[in-house]
Amino acid sequence: MSETNEPEILFGIYCPPHPQPLLSPEASEGYSNLRAAYDECRKRIEESDADIILVYSTTWPSIIGHQIQALEKAIWTHVDDDFHYLGSMPYEFHMDTEFAHSMKENCEKRGLEARTVEYEGFPIDTGSVVALQLLNPDNRIPSCILSSNMYANRSETIVLGKAVRDTLAQQNKKAVVVVVSSLSNRMFTEHIDPKEDRIHSQKDDDWNRKILEFFDDGRLEDLSQLSRDIHGQIRVQKVVAYKPAWWLAATMGQHNNYDGEVLAYEALHGSGGAVITLTPSTGSVGDKEFDEDDVEFYRGDRNVLDKGMLE
Amino acid sequence: MAKGQIVAGCLAPHPPHLVYADNPPQNEAYSEGGWETLRWGYQRLARKLKNIDYDAIVIFTPHWQTYIGTHFLGLPEFKSKSVDPVFPNLFRYNYDLQVDVELSEAMRDAASQEGIITKMMTNPDFRVDYGTITSCHLLNPEWDKPIVTISSNRNTHYYSPEVMIEQATALGRACAKAIEESGKRVVLVASHSLSHRHFVEEAPLPEDMSKEHIYNHSQYVWDMKIVEMMRDGKSREVIDIMPEFTEQTIAETEGGGLIWMLGAMGFPDFPAEIYGYQSVIGTGNVIACWDPNDDTREYVL
Repeated sequence: MSETNEPEILFGIYCPPHPQPLLSPEASEGYSNLRAAYDECRKRIEESDADIILVYSTTWPSIIGHQIQALEKAIWTHVDDDFHYLGSMPYEFHMDTEFAHSMKENCEKRGLEARTVEYEGFPIDTGSVVALQLLNPDNRIPSCILSSNMYANRSETIVLGKAVRDTLAQQNKKAVVVVVSSLSNRMFTEHIDPKEDRIHSQKDDDWNRKILEFFDDGRLEDLSQLSRDIHGQIRVQKVVAYKPAWWLAATMGQHNNYDGEVLAYEALHGSGGAVITLTPSTGSVGDKEFDEDDVEFYRGDRNVLDKGMLE
Repeated sequence: MAKGQIVAGCLAPHPPHLVYADNPPQNEAYSEGGWETLRWGYQRLARKLKNIDYDAIVIFTPHWQTYIGTHFLGLPEFKSKSVDPVFPNLFRYNYDLQVDVELSEAMRDAASQEGIITKMMTNPDFRVDYGTITSCHLLNPEWDKPIVTISSNRNTHYYSPEVMIEQATALGRACAKAIEESGKRVVLVASHSLSHRHFVEEAPLPEDMSKEHIYNHSQYVWDMKIVEMMRDGKSREVIDIMPEFTEQTIAETEGGGLIWMLGAMGFPDFPAEIYGYQSVIGTGNVIACWDPNDDTREYVL
């Protein structure tokens, strides 16, 4: 813990959930570049003195609040629903159960519904499996995985990030935080030759590159504020909102003071896959100010429906 | 060889709560019961199916979500443990099931010939989704028939509910053609709820029925409208109204299962048999069966 009682987050990583960089990096130059970027992140984690790797995965949807992986040794063989023909993904992950249980308590203190999951055979999602296999293959550092509640919106997601900060500060742990998410997430709906992979549309590519500019400038809070625009413009509407930037920004301190580095940006079956690092620094390059309230405690729905019809 | 035929089509919701409540030996979790209206309805429908001569169950599930076309199970058996990612406290089910690969491949071929993007799933480590396990367990607890699982290609999200209707209907027609050419007698299953907004909190005792109710009245009214049309034999109208229904109730019909099944059955104009309606953690669930045989079709509820 730092002298200001703030949690110490060594750096953040934004990476894609698709299995190609793990299972078929040689299939295209793009997949190979993404794999190299993952390898660079792995090396940086190994050289850091992180105590925990914390993963927020957009491919682990939850309904009953926020689920927190707490099984000490999670062992299984995972197969992706779409890309099953690329092969199986056997895994063994070591979770930081102490962190997981405290995280649940801290979520509840901030008004969130949360629970730990500790079940043999629990289906860890593709994104988490890919990220942890590539970033921490030998379980050198314990990890923890957080779900993405499918109904959660901005307030809830920001409070979830703050509960992470509470827990890290309490336990005096230095963390690397990982968001697993595409940028644009529209894939081609037919099978393609990986060598001909490209971003699905010019619009998706334009938006992705604009987002990467922000990341490169370390403007994470600005990206957090742009989440709703990003969701409307380049995200297939599978869930209510684009949440990863909210969570990452809240977890890393809600500002724009980072050294950003885009290690790779490539197409993954049409979607935008980027491996990015954000390291806390000083000096902000942001040029935006915001009027959406910050939120410390989640109070649930506002019960608008219960207030009846307008007279 | 006699022509194959669809001998029944079932709308079979898959809340894992129903298996949990039944306490079958395959499931690790233990309950004190719950959701009897649905479970007893399922038991009655399972008894009806026991009296029908059929060769295989073909099930369309929204919990095998594919974005690159429609996928079909393509190995003769799967044995593993299915753990529900959302309700792992309720559903950790050890399954051992057989697949009618011949029929699966025939349906895949027929779909491909219609221009539908398809893929056979032949990875032996693949874990069969809990929607398939739940619906099949409740319809046929003995697991004495082979199944075929068809994935849900996510057309509603990627394009629109209207595109889903077109695509799922075309897939249904292709599957019906393959079934007819196979000479087999097949039960079709659309595995999903109607309205599908969940509560995001769970009672300390999940089977505490004093806590169970529909998420809101709007969902209930919509569900009843759909059930009424099913009773009246208006399956075409159910599909026509489905984009609005899906949007208004976040319905699990978005996955395409009911469209696929009714499309395969030629949008029947005879009444559906209704076996029960009940909410599960706020979602609306009806068990229904379309029996094309005038002699065995019943007025159940």
